[in-house]
Amino acid sequence: MEIKNIYIKGIPNEEFKDTEYLEKYIEELRANGVPIVVGALDDLINWGRSNSIWPLAFATSCCGIEFMAAAAARHDLARFGMEVTRNSPRQADVIIVAGTIVHKMAPLLKRVYDQMAEPKYVVAMGSCAISGGPFVNSYHVVKGVDEIIPVDVYVPGCPPRPESLFYGLMQLQRKVKMERFFFKVKK
Amino acid sequence: MEKIKDLILRTVPEAVFEEKKQLTVSVEPNKLHLLAETLYGNAELPFDYLVMMVGMDWGDTLGVIYLLSSSKDVSKEVVLKTATADRVNPLLYSVTDIWETAHLNEREVYGLLGIRFINNPDMRRFFLNSDWKGFPLRKDYDPDSALNPVSVESKEIVDVAPRIMETPQGLKEEKVNIFEEDDYIINIGPQHPSMHGVMHFRTALDGEIVKKIDIHSGYIHRGIEKLSESLAYPQILHFTDRLDYLSANINRHALCMCVEKAAEIEISERAQYIRVITDELNRIQSHLLAWAAMCNDLGSTTAFIYGFREREMILDIFEKTSGGRLIINYNVVGGVMFDIYDNFQKDVKAFIPVMREALKEYHRLFSGNVIALGRMRKIGMMSKEDAITYGVSGASGRASGWSCDIRKHVPYSIYDKVDFKEIIRDECDSYARYMVRLDEIEESLKIIEQLIDNIPAGEHLVKTKPIIKLPEGSYFQRVETGRGDFGVFIESRGDKTPYRIKFRSPSMVLVSAMPLICKGEKLADLIGIGGSMDYVIPDIDR
Amino acid sequence: MLLEISHPAELYHLTNWLDTILQENLPEWGALLVKFVLIGVALLSAYAVIALLLIYGERKITAFFQCRYGPNRVGKWGIIQSVADMIKILIKEIIYIDNVDKFLFYAAPFFVIVASMLTFGAIPFGRGLQAVDFDNGIFYVLAVSSISIIGVLLAGWASNNKYSMIGAMRSGAQFVSYELSAALALMTVVVLSGTMNLSTIVAQQEYVYNWNIVRGHIPAIIAFVLYLISGHAETNRGPFDLPEAESELTAGYHTEYSGLQFGFFYLAEYLNMFIIASIATTVFLGGWQPIQIGVEGFDQIMNYIPSFVWFFGKAFFLVFLSLWVRWTFPRLRIDQLLNLEWKYMLPINMVNLVVMVIVVVYGFYIK
Repeated sequence: MEIKNIYIKGIPNEEFKDTEYLEKYIEELRANGVPIVVGALDDLINWGRSNSIWPLAFATSCCGIEFMAAAAARHDLARFGMEVTRNSPRQADVIIVAGTIVHKMAPLLKRVYDQMAEPKYVVAMGSCAISGGPFVNSYHVVKGVDEIIPVDVYVPGCPPRPESLFYGLMQLQRKVKMERFFFKVKK
Repeated sequence: MEKIKDLILRTVPEAVFEEKKQLTVSVEPNKLHLLAETLYGNAELPFDYLVMMVGMDWGDTLGVIYLLSSSKDVSKEVVLKTATADRVNPLLYSVTDIWETAHLNEREVYGLLGIRFINNPDMRRFFLNSDWKGFPLRKDYDPDSALNPVSVESKEIVDVAPRIMETPQGLKEEKVNIFEEDDYIINIGPQHPSMHGVMHFRTALDGEIVKKIDIHSGYIHRGIEKLSESLAYPQILHFTDRLDYLSANINRHALCMCVEKAAEIEISERAQYIRVITDELNRIQSHLLAWAAMCNDLGSTTAFIYGFREREMILDIFEKTSGGRLIINYNVVGGVMFDIYDNFQKDVKAFIPVMREALKEYHRLFSGNVIALGRMRKIGMMSKEDAITYGVSGASGRASGWSCDIRKHVPYSIYDKVDFKEIIRDECDSYARYMVRLDEIEESLKIIEQLIDNIPAGEHLVKTKPIIKLPEGSYFQRVETGRGDFGVFIESRGDKTPYRIKFRSPSMVLVSAMPLICKGEKLADLIGIGGSMDYVIPDIDR
Repeated sequence: MLLEISHPAELYHLTNWLDTILQENLPEWGALLVKFVLIGVALLSAYAVIALLLIYGERKITAFFQCRYGPNRVGKWGIIQSVADMIKILIKEIIYIDNVDKFLFYAAPFFVIVASMLTFGAIPFGRGLQAVDFDNGIFYVLAVSSISIIGVLLAGWASNNKYSMIGAMRSGAQFVSYELSAALALMTVVVLSGTMNLSTIVAQQEYVYNWNIVRGHIPAIIAFVLYLISGHAETNRGPFDLPEAESELTAGYHTEYSGLQFGFFYLAEYLNMFIIASIATTVFLGGWQPIQIGVEGFDQIMNYIPSFVWFFGKAFFLVFLSLWVRWTFPRLRIDQLLNLEWKYMLPINMVNLVVMVIVVVYGFYIK
């Protein structure tokens, strides 16, 4: 099977890979006047945060299995220091919503999210978590977790391969590194 | 089956038979319980295995279809139908006292169709919240989302169950408390690290000992059956993969066979071979994951990782074949979507010895471990009688000594041509369930070995009509998935979409047996037993 | 045997030199003050560094047991992974929870970390590297290390969470039981060495054949194994990690703790593992003593390696053993755990103690 040219409306092909222009942009911003000590401290903090993202797997269905596969030997989430899956939301940094969220689950997801300590991030893994996926027309399915909690990174796929999850998590790392300039900490 | 027909006529003379392949009987609601009891007590061929209950909305009547089978010969099937014309307050008689598995099924029917069952001890809705407006599977359900908006308000769980009991004075509605006043209740789930999904057990503890478990489900209820009613058959196929995602391909096989049987599509030998090989590979990866997850539940993380290591090899083969890893969307009506790739046989043959070695390693690492044995032997005992009345089929049922492998007893596809052993153990405990799975991996390898070199040439996909319409009638197909007896029931009215589709979930019965087998065990063993039962929650909730 | 052996690379040269300078330049109280501060800072930083090393080590070793790579993105081979974790944990929000017993809730992590720090201070790390040297050192170590259980129980009680409560109760039962075995195993050695002073115990074990585990032969080896098992259980690590059994209790007694408070529990868990290993090293394996066999040339070569390296080498070897066990075995159930202690380990320990007494009284040990 040949893979034809990908075309997604609104996103040029070359923008799939590149977020480095953002990093360059930040360097420029910083060069134009952030105090050195504060800047360095910020860098240190963001470096620490971005390199120590402990996930809480909110796995409801198939995507959860792929998350486990990502943590297992072949793919090894541990390389990024993310193998410390904390089962208590208090101690986790990122909640990976892996799977469909339905009406009955929505209050619980919100509660788990509220229990997490700042700074906290959300990864919506799989098309169900992003939009409801194949079940979007159902009476009982929430059409995307962003109706309930703010999402930082969307990882499409049904279920996403571990590699795509990695890519998503690396994007999250980048996002955390740039946090001070672009994204306010959610309150 | 003639004898059964006689028996039914003797018990309920006014029973109406339908001209079908299966013996199908319609009776009045008040006669159903009597008939069920008679069939259950039939000494020669007791119909003690309730395969599934399908709640139906036939337009003017609401009713239930019971599919019965016998534990002695699971290929024998009898279909009972009953219906009530009362759409406002439909009442039928419960059969929970005959088959335990009916309990959760009746609650499901109540939740989705609004039929209440007299004498069912606990008539709460199963999947939906108790304040859900409307009954989704009814044909006149109002899908307006404003009626049932998404709410993020936490709700208190009320442990009070309504029920309707039959007393000499007539029907009496009452409420019962599920737990005692001063029970120490902890919630295991829905978001819990070792629940294999989002099951919710409200567990009453006495110290560390489990006193009672109350099952809450529906945290991943996606309404697949309702969705399917507006989709064409090839479109429904992808839902089956997402039911029990570990047996994705086998589930899909069931639906494909059901549609093919109804539409009388003959599929090629080559496709049959490929389907069975991929099914068995799928079964191996499902059992591997079950093994890994069970070890993890018992606290052995290393074993968990080892299980995933070998599983990746199968996923690689799947990926090369179909492009998917876990959900492979491979079976389609008329065959398989793509032909196998050039090195398929080579890859599979390379995998078999690796898997055999790995099995030895697993036994060395975990099966013989003294702590593991202490955590599995004589834990979670489920007798053969319990297994049958709860309908626990699959590896867990076979670990209780019940010979219930659909591949053996109701051979489908080319399973009658291959030689394999049905693994049956009679210890009835967690250890037996654990060992059955590992031994079944070996049997699956044998099946693959027999087939892999003999894949006949030919078409992998038969041309079908672009729009598949099934002739009017009801169709049923059972297969053996990694978890047990998976069934697809289709009622067609001659359209390109089904009038009603229902999946028999093998995980649901596993969960329904949990309160029984966990009672009196320690809290830690509750998790271990859950691991040994190996249920997949999205399969239950559908 | 008085051999002239020099210790060129020892830290006590440095400490003695510092001591002299301080004594010369400051009044006595000033010198003492500065020394206290220095020792305190040194101990605290050693505590943190060892904990970070252990966390990194465990993650890497675990990875190798499980055919994985482990952290390898932060720094070369992921070596500063745990530093990143520490920074993250330091600035993570500490959640103030309603409906908890506030005082107990916030006090609990301190109990745990203080207990492990107090124990840490009494360990002889090397020649002349011991902060406090009590005459009843073993007694002290046993006593202060058991303070941590109060912290765990408080955490479980104050969290107002049922998982925490069950975890803490399990922990209480487990700790109290295994503390008995650990203490009895150490007592066996006290009988052999005739002292509770840690530095004397180390000094007695100058040559390999003087190491308590060799000198006391069979009863000492039994005591060593029993101590390792019970020590392993005291630190709540698998297969004895029931108090925080992930698969049933989410995170056990520290479920409700976030940020730095959780960091305290996390650090203390790893440090306790090290403390158990170092007590075992000190008491059974000759502490910081190098492998000396009484041959001058060989001994001198061994002594070129500084004593604290020997100490850490032995201790980390024991830690490695503990990791090996942790990542191989499944978890015990609470009743099996208590059975193991009360029905097997404690009786064996008692008999073993009597055997050791007989050995010592009749002089059967290796002299």
